[in-house]
Amino acid sequence: MSSTTNYILGVFDDEDEVLHAVSEVKSKGIKIDEVYTPFPIHGLDTAIGHERTRLPIAAFMFGTLGMICALSLISYTMVFDWPMIIGGKDFFALPNWIPVTFEGTVLFTAFGLVITFCISNNLFPGNNVEPLDLRITDDKFVMAINLDKNKLGQDEITKALKSSGAIEVNVK
Amino acid sequence: MSHVVSPIREHLVTGGKSYSDVTHDICKQVEGEPTKEWKIAFAISCVIFAYGAYCLFYTWWQGIGVWGLNKTVGWAWDITNFVWWVGIGHAGTLISAVLLLFRQKWRTSINRSAEAMTIFAVLCAASFILAHMGRPWLAHWALPLPNAFGSLWVNFNSPLVWDVFAISTYLSVSLLFWYMGLVPDLATIRDRATTKGRKFWYGLFSLGWTGSAKTWARYEYMSLILAGISTPLVLSVHTIVSMDFATSVIPGWHTTIFPPYFVAGAIFSGFAMVQTLLLITRVVFKLEDYITIEHIEMMNIVVTVTGSVVGIAYLTEFFIAWYSGVEYESYAFINRATGPYWWAYWMMMTCNVISPQLFWFKSIRTNLMVSFFLSIVVNVGMWFERFVIIVTSLHRDYLPSSWAMFSPTMYDIGDYIFSFGLFFTLFFLFAKFLPVVNMAEVKSVMKGVSSNFPKKVAKKSKSEE
Repeated sequence: MSSTTNYILGVFDDEDEVLHAVSEVKSKGIKIDEVYTPFPIHGLDTAIGHERTRLPIAAFMFGTLGMICALSLISYTMVFDWPMIIGGKDFFALPNWIPVTFEGTVLFTAFGLVITFCISNNLFPGNNVEPLDLRITDDKFVMAINLDKNKLGQDEITKALKSSGAIEVNVK
Repeated sequence: MSHVVSPIREHLVTGGKSYSDVTHDICKQVEGEPTKEWKIAFAISCVIFAYGAYCLFYTWWQGIGVWGLNKTVGWAWDITNFVWWVGIGHAGTLISAVLLLFRQKWRTSINRSAEAMTIFAVLCAASFILAHMGRPWLAHWALPLPNAFGSLWVNFNSPLVWDVFAISTYLSVSLLFWYMGLVPDLATIRDRATTKGRKFWYGLFSLGWTGSAKTWARYEYMSLILAGISTPLVLSVHTIVSMDFATSVIPGWHTTIFPPYFVAGAIFSGFAMVQTLLLITRVVFKLEDYITIEHIEMMNIVVTVTGSVVGIAYLTEFFIAWYSGVEYESYAFINRATGPYWWAYWMMMTCNVISPQLFWFKSIRTNLMVSFFLSIVVNVGMWFERFVIIVTSLHRDYLPSSWAMFSPTMYDIGDYIFSFGLFFTLFFLFAKFLPVVNMAEVKSVMKGVSSNFPKKVAKKSKSEE
């Protein structure tokens, strides 16, 4: 968060209240930037208007890549580079390769997914964020409204937040 | 939250805790000075670790000739201990992945420590894999590296190679799952930090977590997908371990029932080990309000179910040995039950099949002392199961002149002691420096499962009904 923008922070102390407040505040024509919470709240992201995440698609693609990599490595080594007769089987003994292919798929999915997740959320070691409110990771739910992106003034937004149940309203 | 919880369910969080109480109670042990009990326990585990490390070093230095193996019994305590630890290492991922898919809320208080236990158990298992290779500095030969590195390519048709991939994938994916679960809680400690060091270290590992709704939404998808891929992964690992035996032609090993039977046994022993550790942790860190009798009872029910599956598998094996009409197969099983290793067999039967049936009585499965005792009994039984499968199948082979017995040397025992030292040292470090209960997840299910949830909103949600 850069210090030049003005944020109005509505602090709530209950998950159902903040979820309710999001639609209430939005119905007054106020654009909500983001809501920060100590734990996931179902339906909060769609209530704010965030798009549905495409992480599952990324995961599927990484899984496919893992499967292709594993199968390519196995067939290259077992069929092309150094074929050997093992147990009288074909060189291309696909059923025997299922376990390693499966493990490769899982490995690529997991690492690809987590790395994508970290990149898309700007999570990396050494990222020293200044939290908007230190109580967000404890027990408070903070609705952040960017003044520059809204037509309504500070007083009106403060009033709207208070009336929808905010226990305090801060400016940052 | 909006989920309806049946009124007959017991409370999963007791003591009228608020969200901030959860944070305080769990962070207390990370932020405070280590307690005297912790210091004593940690010192003991370090001593055990040091003695074990000496024995393991000696084994690596001299070679596995220092073990009690002979020409007939070529696998004994090494692989017994390996399978035992890998089995124990199944509970963590099972609790966090399978119970997440089934939306079981009681997982939230116990998944963190169960996953940590999983990772440490798999590391212990890996120590036996390395040791039993004899030349552990050539362990990379098990990886598919080009010929210039040593031998030919690895044989991808071999279950032993499948095992290398299964165990290493399982270890790294479990570690990833566990760490991503930790990130929000590390951010909690970062934001509460009063010292510079704590702010730096927990800040470094919490990766700049903000807790925004967008991040949480993605986080939930990520957890769900990780759980979805970890579930078949956890089943594949012990399936493949069982295939190390089942694809051989040794009577007593060569059976198709092995994969499901091993997986059930793994869950059985893993839950028992989680039970042992949780019963200690909840008392030492005063977490009785989070790890309640309800949790203990649920765990005991899983132990009973999987114990019964294991029992049926034992009987099926015996029946099939007779029904197959294969003389050698029948002999292997009769020899198990009545031969020179009869005591190991009956130890296994008593511990694994009979003792968990006691949990049918509610008074027993809700009794902490009895649960603690039986959880250890189960793990003793599961160790004997692997010993019975491995040693008694080998010690009397096709040629009576080569029949032999196995007796462990101090290095067999010492390497086993090493794994306990490693396990407990890591577990105590975890319990001191990381939150042992997943705070964010507990908070997310507290409404509805917590007794006397102290909020005005508790009233409000009632009026909504």
